Amino acid sequence: MTDFNHVIERLKTNRLWRFPGGVHPEDNKQLSNQVAIERPPLADVLYIPLKQHIGDQGHCIVSEGDHVLKGQALTTTYHPYAVPVHAPTSGTISHIGEHVSAHPSGLTEASITLVPDGLDEWCQLQPHADYMSMDKLKLIEILCDAGISGMGGAGFPTHIKANSRKTIEFLIINGIECEPYITSDDRLMREYAWQIRQGMDILQHIIQPKAVVVAIEDNKPEAIEAMQIACNQKPDCHIVSVPTVYPAGGEKQLIQVLTGREVPGDGLPEDIGTVMFNVGTCFAVADAVCNGKPLIERVVTLTGGGIKQPKNVWAMLGTPVSHLVEYAGLLAPQEEESTIIMGGPMMGFTVGNPLMPVVKITNCLLVPEPNELRQGDNERPCIRCSACADACPASLLPQQLYWHAKAKEYDKAQSYNLFDCIECGACAYVCPSDIPLVQYYRQAKSAIRNERDEKNKAEKAKARFEARKARLDAEKQEREERHRKAAEARLAAAKAKTASADNTASQVEQKSKSAAAAAAIARAKAKKAQQQADVATHTDTPAVDTATTEDARKAKVAAAVARAKAKKAQQTETAHNADAPAADTATTEEARKAKVAAAVARAKAKKAQSKESHFVEEKPAEDKKKKAEAQPDDNVQEDKKARVAAAVEKAKAKARQRAQARQKEQGAEE
Amino acid sequence: MTIVTALLTLGILALIFGAILGFAGVRFKVEGDPLVEQIDAVLPQTQCGQCGYPGCKPYAEAIANGDEINKCPPGGEATIKKLADLMGVEAKPLDAAHGQEDVKKVAFIREDECIGCTKCIVACPVDAIVGAAKQMHTVISDECTGCDLCVDPCPVDCIDMVPVDQTTGSWDWKLPQSGKGDIAIKVVQ
Repeated sequence: MTDFNHVIERLKTNRLWRFPGGVHPEDNKQLSNQVAIERPPLADVLYIPLKQHIGDQGHCIVSEGDHVLKGQALTTTYHPYAVPVHAPTSGTISHIGEHVSAHPSGLTEASITLVPDGLDEWCQLQPHADYMSMDKLKLIEILCDAGISGMGGAGFPTHIKANSRKTIEFLIINGIECEPYITSDDRLMREYAWQIRQGMDILQHIIQPKAVVVAIEDNKPEAIEAMQIACNQKPDCHIVSVPTVYPAGGEKQLIQVLTGREVPGDGLPEDIGTVMFNVGTCFAVADAVCNGKPLIERVVTLTGGGIKQPKNVWAMLGTPVSHLVEYAGLLAPQEEESTIIMGGPMMGFTVGNPLMPVVKITNCLLVPEPNELRQGDNERPCIRCSACADACPASLLPQQLYWHAKAKEYDKAQSYNLFDCIECGACAYVCPSDIPLVQYYRQAKSAIRNERDEKNKAEKAKARFEARKARLDAEKQEREERHRKAAEARLAAAKAKTASADNTASQVEQKSKSAAAAAAIARAKAKKAQQQADVATHTDTPAVDTATTEDARKAKVAAAVARAKAKKAQQTETAHNADAPAADTATTEEARKAKVAAAVARAKAKKAQSKESHFVEEKPAEDKKKKAEAQPDDNVQEDKKARVAAAVEKAKAKARQRAQARQKEQGAEE
Repeated sequence: MTIVTALLTLGILALIFGAILGFAGVRFKVEGDPLVEQIDAVLPQTQCGQCGYPGCKPYAEAIANGDEINKCPPGGEATIKKLADLMGVEAKPLDAAHGQEDVKKVAFIREDECIGCTKCIVACPVDAIVGAAKQMHTVISDECTGCDLCVDPCPVDCIDMVPVDQTTGSWDWKLPQSGKGDIAIKVVQ
């Protein structure tokens, strides 16, 4: 690792390091950097995705129909990797649900639809002008609550970066903006250098680095000048002009250029004593702390040959892409034909739906003329020229990655450090065969990620499965234990009986008596059930009563069986009464059997009864329905009843179906 | 004399090595069958039983004992390929007798129709259904493996298997794609 003083010396004399590879595409920045940042009229509807950064989305704390004020938080979260989103203007929440998000897939994500009321009324703001006297953690909390995430492209939550526990030597402010066409950071530095400086001061206060470095590419002399003026009286701040080469603005590349240090593949910049923020992020930090304003708007470049007046605009987060493009004017006669690219030409993606919203990481909307850019859909075979390897800024082997990604040999692709690829597109830019290399890498990366997620899920499922198995086993063991204890108790009781032979006979009698009693109860119940069934037969439809009488009959039969068994038990007991002590266990067992049978009979009778009572109930319910259709409360209850009845019918139908299927199967077998 | 010395030396050496081996055998004893664990790690852990075994682990044991590797429909071709690599056998197409490879699904209970019979709760191999007797049940979709085992026991057929929607998180940059979502657009010289 290069020494701090050595780095400072080289920064002062502007002798920088280099990163490997890189390309020099036409930058086309003059298209849009000539005019000041404008403020377009308010869009009719704003679509605010709940998640606009890397990490998790927060919980929505507004509901449909709510009126919100500008700057009011719409989500909240306790998760450290999530930041809230805020209302970009005052208005009414018209819908909360899925809407197309700013993602290359064009898939939907949870979003809040806000209809502005045009008043643009701010909520109560809390400025903290005296941030120098404030606690570091309090400032970090303010950054988090303001919803600030990295505005350079990745959208990493700023409060996490700022809360580094490691010693930071270099706080790097990234004003490189290396991607062609984009000028949002350029214009921001030219017009708001002072506020960017404020943001730098705040971050410096939080992080306490040894030095602050502002890096700007040498194709933006005006921005360099503006920042130099703004940081005039800041002794430990270095404004560095960096040679223009794509992708010098990549975090790892810029750190290498400025400090000569390389970020380890599995590490973070803070591991080598650096931390980097975009100039746009600095601006937002100053806004959040000094003015109390959350992040609700950002500068977006509207450019490309297809745009009438290329320029930069302050776009509220959630503004549909179509609104901004229409504001800048389209040259193409058929407006829906023109391609819109969100982001730059190297790393951006085509907008599939014009209602896609601007989010915290959207820095550019590019509308190229039909022949301005060439799309890489005429892929030809690789000629192994290795131009991609020369261009790669991360010193990877793009060709190897390409072969392995194409063959879906993901573990091999990973062994070639696929995850160190920053997807800058330099390799695809130089490829003479027009192979969309980055596309392959992205595909491989997401396949690997999905596989990993799947694996994690499988692990979880396995753990749950095993936990369930353990639980079931434990339950089974417990049951067995209980049975064993019960058996022991019985045995002990039997032994006690042997001791007093006289008592035994009477006890046995008692037991058989109780069995008889149980049978009698079952009989009574069955009778009752039958009676009710009779009632049901009179009142109900014939289709139903066949079922119920059948049930009642079954119960009766069961009761009869129980009765017979009880009788038998009694008989055996009387027979064995003479040699009672020896046969005792057998008789008790039989008595128990009789009891069980009686219980079964009881249960069946009860079931039959409940069914009938149900059918009996149905009748008055119907009457009620006729009587008072105006009463909605009743209707709800009836609905429920009807549903229950439907469920029962369904269950019966299913059971019948199954029985039929079984019969059929048996028939087939025979 | 020399012979005796040699015999003694060799005998002592044999004893020492034997002792070392014996110690190593006890000290580094491998619990269980590592092959079964490896196979189990490859299987998708849906615990669906479509292979004919009561769960993934028993199937892993069966494979280790020489059963076919193509009986796992949820894992599909990818799992068969991995198993073939692991077992050093030829990959085979999925055995259609055990089912077809399908898109990933999770169970969904139509809560209005649920009668609270708890039959699905008992059937679920990963405890992903919550509810109580006569109370409406529901599926914890994050925990559901899509094994299908709860569908059959339901007396009122209120459980659907719904395909898992693709999210921006799981989207995988479809390769045959021109124009939409492409990057690396070159400047025409």
